[in-house]
Amino acid sequence: MIDVEKEAARIAEQGESAPRLARDPVNLPMINNWLEAIGDQHPGYTEVAPPAMVQVWTMAGLHGQRTLDDPLGAMMKILDEAGFTSVVATNSDQTYHRYLKVGEHVSVTTSLEDVTGPKKTALGEGWFVTTRSTWYVGDEPVAEMRFRVLKFRPAEKPAPRPEVPKAQAIRPAINRDTEYFWEGCRNEELRIQRCGGCGLLRHPPGPMCPECGATKPKYLVSDGRGVVYSYVVHHHPQVPGKQTPFVIALVELDEGVRMLGELEGEPSIGLPVEVVFTKVDEELTMPSWRPRADR
Amino acid sequence: MNAAIAGIGATDFSKDSGRSELQLAAEAARAALDDAGLEPSDVDGLVSFTMDTNAEIAVARELGIPELTFFSRVHYGGGAACATVQQAAMAVETGMAKVVVCYRAFNERSGHRFGQVQTAAAANIDNSWSYPMGLGTPAAMVAMFARRYMHEYGATSEDFGRIAVVDRKHAATNPHAWFHNRPITLDDHQASRWISEPLRLLDCCQETDGGVALVVTSAERARDLPNKPAHVKAATQGSGADQFTMTSYYRDDLTRLPEMGVVARGLWERSGIGPSDVDVAVLYDHFTPFVLVQLEELGFCGRGEAKDFVASGALELDGSLPLNPHGGQLGEAYLHGMNGIAEAVRQVRGTAVNQVANVEHVLVTAGTGVPTSGLVLGQSP
Repeated sequence: MIDVEKEAARIAEQGESAPRLARDPVNLPMINNWLEAIGDQHPGYTEVAPPAMVQVWTMAGLHGQRTLDDPLGAMMKILDEAGFTSVVATNSDQTYHRYLKVGEHVSVTTSLEDVTGPKKTALGEGWFVTTRSTWYVGDEPVAEMRFRVLKFRPAEKPAPRPEVPKAQAIRPAINRDTEYFWEGCRNEELRIQRCGGCGLLRHPPGPMCPECGATKPKYLVSDGRGVVYSYVVHHHPQVPGKQTPFVIALVELDEGVRMLGELEGEPSIGLPVEVVFTKVDEELTMPSWRPRADR
Repeated sequence: MNAAIAGIGATDFSKDSGRSELQLAAEAARAALDDAGLEPSDVDGLVSFTMDTNAEIAVARELGIPELTFFSRVHYGGGAACATVQQAAMAVETGMAKVVVCYRAFNERSGHRFGQVQTAAAANIDNSWSYPMGLGTPAAMVAMFARRYMHEYGATSEDFGRIAVVDRKHAATNPHAWFHNRPITLDDHQASRWISEPLRLLDCCQETDGGVALVVTSAERARDLPNKPAHVKAATQGSGADQFTMTSYYRDDLTRLPEMGVVARGLWERSGIGPSDVDVAVLYDHFTPFVLVQLEELGFCGRGEAKDFVASGALELDGSLPLNPHGGQLGEAYLHGMNGIAEAVRQVRGTAVNQVANVEHVLVTAGTGVPTSGLVLGQSP
């Protein structure tokens, strides 16, 4: 395991990094760009730079790399290895000793001031790393900055919806009159009882046709498409195996029978839906509804 | 019919009775017999709901009823209420019994609550098409009808709410009502939380611990007893085509209650009266939307017109059809409709707390969305 505090002490002991010279001297084109970007219309920056620009002069550029003795870079690497892989800046306090004049060439040094942690934060557990940078013109300090970042281990993302224990779900009673339906669901077929005598379609099913009296029920496999005939949005009380609120829709299938099922999505009467099958376990697969993509 | 309700009795209505359901049944039955001026030894018949946990023999033991020649149970939850009186009246008319006590007692709030999901009920094959899909409470089952009714007739949640408001208004002046002194406004209704959209909390009746009993005997015998008899002018059961318990979703029309239509036809035919002759309506009100549908099935207004009928103020105590003067199950107590029959008897006697003037006929209905029953009680046979 990486001893963060020991590593921090080692880096802090190295003191200031070697002075790193700015890419360009303080210059008017960059001042004007900065003023424009910030929206500062003060007319006085013709011979001196805005003090808050100090960091700009020593920025490494688009493809810049940290110097080997840069303490912040070294500390970040150690914390990355320790698993604190994310970073967010938390504080930046700057002190300006004087204006920088156009043509002056600044350099910067940085030292590691403090590393504290691990702290529990809303973002996750992490370390606060504070560095101190000093800008010089020659040997003269012209500005300083205390800069603090939180280097953290991202908190586990909450599960979108905790899985409802399947054991809690209410299971259907099944008998010889209804087994064909549940067998169909296991095979991802939505079956509708069809009388073997007169062809009457019927749901819920039963052993004797109320139309012709035949007792030889068969079934057809529905296209599983229909429209919402009515629905409820259930809030209270809790229903075993469900997360409230949830929608239960009474769907009129294209074949003409109605069937209840849970509906994913925003309900409305007339909404075109199609069947979805959700496997609960080896024995039970439940049909439910979702809005049709082609509606 | 040659039968009358001669006695009514009830326990207190509470949320935690602190006693067994058998004790509640025995207390209510004894109170009803006292009210009728009869003794347990006069009783030879008992009727209850199949859902009641109190066996007839257990009730007979507690009351000291020596012999029973008639005992019977009616199925389908609250749909049994008026049918218990029908059973009793038929027994009395046919000479199978002389004095029959109808009873219903439960700890429905502190004990077994019907409003929760009854996982055990999923063992019923009929329920295999609803419970596993998540439709497992009476409120949700009624909500499915209510949504379609709204869609077809343009009824709104406010239209349902007006039923709750009028029930609670009547309960507010009934000292026996759980919601005594606690009326609600339509805004209260609209602000109440969703239970199963489109039903809100205040669309759903309360839960109650308690018991109610009724004593039924012949019209002749009732005349000699202390209280004015409430004559059973008609008593009917009804079940419709393709009937299910609470989930008759497979009929052509979801905006009706055909089983209540069967009851209505039977009541008007047998009693010889019609909707315009009804002075007080005690309509089963476990959920507000079905009160609207009942008004249509019973012929008080046309299809889809109940919302306008209700909004007109017809259901107020001084309206053309005073509804549930005791506060109904939304306001007084949920006793599976039996407390509504007791209220109908008081209205006929002229002893109700919210007494309607000149009551000749009272209509009572039982549970809706299930095979059901109804009564017309009156001043004369």
